[in-house]
Amino acid sequence: MKYLSEYRDAAIARPLIERIKREATRPWTLMEVCGGQTHTIVRQGLDELLEGAIEMIHGPGCPVCVTPLEQIDKALMLAARPEVIFTSFGDMLRVPGSDCDLQQVRARGGNVRVVYSPLDALEIARRHPDREVVFFAVGFETTAPANAMAVWRARELGVPNFSVLVSHVTVPPAISAIMQAPDNRVQAFLAAGHVCAVMGWTEYEPLAMRHRVPIVVTGFEPLDILEGILMAVEQLETGRHTVENQYVRSVRREGTPAARTRVQEVFELVDRKWRGIGEIPMSGLRLRPAFAAFDAELKFGLGDIHVNESPECHAGEVLTGKLKPPRCPAFGTRCTPEHPLGALMVSSEGACAAYYHLAKYRAASAAEPAGAVS
Amino acid sequence: MCLGVPGLVVELDDLTAVVDFWGVRRRVRLDLVDEPVAIGDYVLNHVGFAIRRIPVEDVQATLAVYEQLLQESTEGTREDLMAADVRSELAAGAPRESKP
Repeated sequence: MKYLSEYRDAAIARPLIERIKREATRPWTLMEVCGGQTHTIVRQGLDELLEGAIEMIHGPGCPVCVTPLEQIDKALMLAARPEVIFTSFGDMLRVPGSDCDLQQVRARGGNVRVVYSPLDALEIARRHPDREVVFFAVGFETTAPANAMAVWRARELGVPNFSVLVSHVTVPPAISAIMQAPDNRVQAFLAAGHVCAVMGWTEYEPLAMRHRVPIVVTGFEPLDILEGILMAVEQLETGRHTVENQYVRSVRREGTPAARTRVQEVFELVDRKWRGIGEIPMSGLRLRPAFAAFDAELKFGLGDIHVNESPECHAGEVLTGKLKPPRCPAFGTRCTPEHPLGALMVSSEGACAAYYHLAKYRAASAAEPAGAVS
Repeated sequence: MCLGVPGLVVELDDLTAVVDFWGVRRRVRLDLVDEPVAIGDYVLNHVGFAIRRIPVEDVQATLAVYEQLLQESTEGTREDLMAADVRSELAAGAPRESKP
């Protein structure tokens, strides 16, 4: 396998793969819920190396991809307002809304700025007291503490022209929803190491017990993932279902307490739609009433809006493992990173983008014309 | 945005630190970090905040993973989205040293 042989630790990876295959007395279906892991699995061809023993379903592990279309459209509406400076992580700029994306709004004169940190957005608000500065607060538990902190600081410093459009999602309710789906095939989960570095894994313990499903907190590099898979397989083979931690070097059971506390002080749980999947109860975060002054949806009176999802995009089936990206009829033809139909093709953590870039790389290695993807 | 990025603490005051990420220096906040940090420590950072002090024994392994990622992405046709992600995080806006 070309990719793995190029990997510096191929000598360690191979025995791990053999061991997983030996331990698995029947085929098992695992899901990773981390875009970084998806990317590594596809890029290193781990799914192909494990074929026959392990099927990896790429779960909804990309927060950019599951941000609901309603929130994207609201972002586009806000960014187009003349008094607004709209700030966002760079990942969101090319995510397609109903009619366009943030980059296009910017090209038409909207003031859209990429920031590295929500604190940069707060700083912009302090420098431009005559403008309304809105920050697009998206992400999983990894960005929630920083975004909570920005709102906290805005209140502390008294920055009335700063607000946030919140579209946070949290991972454990998604795992629960996947396990409760009538056609679920997932038998074990790899949980995202960096999400758990912040939140710890105590929330996963009742899930593992209730759904009788092994959950292994796992890092994002190839050896981490193979080790995580092996730990999950060992649980499956011995009929255990607990939370185990493969990513010992980064994750502790209690996570980072100060970060967890700040998230709880600023945000509260709310039912949230996941793009392509639908509503998952108590899976999102919104600002608590004490921070209502910083809620862009309230400040600008954004109510319910009508959205228009591309009928050609099969993101929902991809996110639930029913469709592998290359089998999508639009893949690489009517849907490319340059002209995406859905978010999975543009985000660096999206499964479609991962397969697209792999196909492109393989095509280039085979000395075919650059850009060939089929 | 999900991937934390490790960096070396080179300056320190009460609530912020200047962190060196492969030559790019940024000021990050320390409100949320899990342990007290000192100059010379490595910390894992998410969007402007240090989240975790990386234990000394784990620093080399952690850096190696990221260096591999960044290095591969500069080799010929290989396009690595995660490296691009790390790079764009490091490059977003001008490197900031002003206090937030």
